[in-house]
Amino acid sequence: MTSILFKGARVVDPSQGIDRVLDLLIEGNRIVKVEENISTSEAGRSIDVSGLVLTPGFIDLHCHLRDPGQEWKEDIETGTLAAVAGGFTSICCMANTDPVNDNPTITRYIIEKAEKVGLCDVFPIGAITKGLKGEELAEIGLMVKAGIVAISDDGETPKDSKVLRNAMDYARSLGIPVFTHSEDKSLSAGGHMNEGPLSSLLGIPGMPPEAEDIGTMRDILIAKLTGAHIHVCHVSSKGALQIIEAAKREGVKVTCEITPHHFTLTEEAVREFNTNAKMCPPLRTEDHVEVCKNALKTGVADAIATDHAPHTEDEKMVEFCRAPFGIIGFQTALSLSLNLVREGYLTLSQMVEKLSTNPARIIRKSDIGTLKPGARANITVFDPEEEFTLTEDLIKSKSKNTPFLNRKLKGMVKFTLHNGRIVYKTV
Amino acid sequence: MEHLLSAEEITPEVFGEIYQTAQSVKKALREGRKKFSVLRGKCVVNLFFEPSTRTRSSFEKAGKFLSADVINISTSTSSVKKGESLVDTLKNLDMMHPDVIVLRHPCEGAPYTAKPFVRAAIVNAGDGRHQHPTQALLDAATLKEHFGTLEGKRITIVGDIANSRVARSDAILFKKLGAEVFVYGPSTMMPRYPEAMGVKVLKSFDDVCDVSDAVVLLRIQLERLNAKKTFPSIREYAELFGLNRERLKKLRPETVILHPGPFNRGVELTNDVVVSDKTLIFRQVETGLAVRMVVLSLLCNRLERLKEEVK
Repeated sequence: MTSILFKGARVVDPSQGIDRVLDLLIEGNRIVKVEENISTSEAGRSIDVSGLVLTPGFIDLHCHLRDPGQEWKEDIETGTLAAVAGGFTSICCMANTDPVNDNPTITRYIIEKAEKVGLCDVFPIGAITKGLKGEELAEIGLMVKAGIVAISDDGETPKDSKVLRNAMDYARSLGIPVFTHSEDKSLSAGGHMNEGPLSSLLGIPGMPPEAEDIGTMRDILIAKLTGAHIHVCHVSSKGALQIIEAAKREGVKVTCEITPHHFTLTEEAVREFNTNAKMCPPLRTEDHVEVCKNALKTGVADAIATDHAPHTEDEKMVEFCRAPFGIIGFQTALSLSLNLVREGYLTLSQMVEKLSTNPARIIRKSDIGTLKPGARANITVFDPEEEFTLTEDLIKSKSKNTPFLNRKLKGMVKFTLHNGRIVYKTV
Repeated sequence: MEHLLSAEEITPEVFGEIYQTAQSVKKALREGRKKFSVLRGKCVVNLFFEPSTRTRSSFEKAGKFLSADVINISTSTSSVKKGESLVDTLKNLDMMHPDVIVLRHPCEGAPYTAKPFVRAAIVNAGDGRHQHPTQALLDAATLKEHFGTLEGKRITIVGDIANSRVARSDAILFKKLGAEVFVYGPSTMMPRYPEAMGVKVLKSFDDVCDVSDAVVLLRIQLERLNAKKTFPSIREYAELFGLNRERLKKLRPETVILHPGPFNRGVELTNDVVVSDKTLIFRQVETGLAVRMVVLSLLCNRLERLKEEVK
């Protein structure tokens, strides 16, 4: 069995309360021990990682791999390569493929293809309803057997509250969370950016933060009614975070994620009609961004998720109101999250909690998101100080739609290990 | 000036120059001089992705009076119907060496999307709800001609402000020229953040009458009224927000009325308004032509030549 010893890294593992310089030994696909001064003689190979940070592999709760059906934007091979380049060793992909992941055949296709590529875990999220139509429940139980970790209709959370109630009731009995894109779409209909001062100036129809607040409130109330675990995706509004905080206090089983772009950028990014800054929910104003950062700090927000949403240059090089929503995010998540550490919102350990420990708990995986002996050797090693410019060449994704293109970022992944195998390195 | 995409780009100095030249152009036109060689050898393309009669014919006349070759392309005759993207249409068009592309498009920001792909100068002739800078120029020029200055004037725009590129362009330019800008209309048609547009919302038509040196009436898009659920009926709009004989009397004696056209008689204004000596509506059309002649010359670096020829 091959064994690798990582020597001298700052090991950060919130699951064990570890944040100090240690050595870590892996054998085969498992972590064997995390201790001081492990002798190099114990391992076949030893890598000096002093000065670097070593953490459990990042877990992304929310991405779009576009496979099957929209492989011109991304496929499982390029998507997982981009993921490991960003330090992610497990990613959860949304059900809005074509055909939709609403049956065990598609679920198995995704898992088997990802296993064949072998770069990282791909955990599919199954659809709530057939074809994401919001009408009939998909074969949720069969998809759970095939390997889904959650259900979601992505941007099309059922409008029909009874349908959502049934889905939540059912999900509770199956022990999986329901991921919601919470939005009252009748209020935000026709909108292409945040409804804020800038939309008033530009005349672009806005999507009011209140649409998100209302959606979040309804979805949480149904979760409360059913006792299901609701995970609210890509929260971007103050109001939604207040609602989530209150629900948590009341004991509702609610978790939520915030994307790096929502805690980094404001609506100003679309002033020049940059379609690579167009996503849903839209970038909001400074006050919302501040509340998002604080929610991560206080723990109201449990996870950082990318909502990696590839669209090609052709698709984005159109009029702002005709451009699709979404940006890629795997390779920017770490450096943007590290900004929160640098700005004092999070400790490094809290950041790892948001990127790994908590996501593992949300999808109920105990052998990842931790460096405990016996856990799978999914590991990320990064240099928090290394700067790089995010050029097109560096982006592993098929699509390059990011507002951070050609921007200078700080925090570089040096090694990504999946099941004990180095699947990515920049040294 | 490289392009003209937004009223934000127009400084008071640039406006002053455009205004002065436009006044000379108007004088020449009134003398029956309608052909100048300023843009001989230049090509102007009117690319209209949205129906328009007034603006398109105004640009067309402006180009032709200046001896430019003018080509009109509208969506119904272009390959857009065949699925070509805006950028590709523009790239193809640009290879035919136009000097100016006058672009009208239903999407906010369309000229900004197009800009990196063309060598020609772009005039934004209306992009969705965003901007229509030559309308702002002609409205400001009309008011300056009447009042001598916009400095300290109080101008109220009435109608569907939230969805109006005319309101957005006017408000920006009027403010730059020293005016104070107000808006009024059904609350469903007001922007959520009027301060971002630099305007204040008035509470009643009486306030409009009390405050305004000039009133700009916007066209109510009848076809959109019910579809957008912003207002119950045309009848109710006319009654509550239209400028009629009674309200006309309440306006101060010196107050003037503008409308970008085409107007709906009996909706945003009644016949009394159209025939009133307060209205500058028809003068706007003439000023619009002159201003567009100046803008085309400016973008082709032929402003001096225009000044020379209209002397």
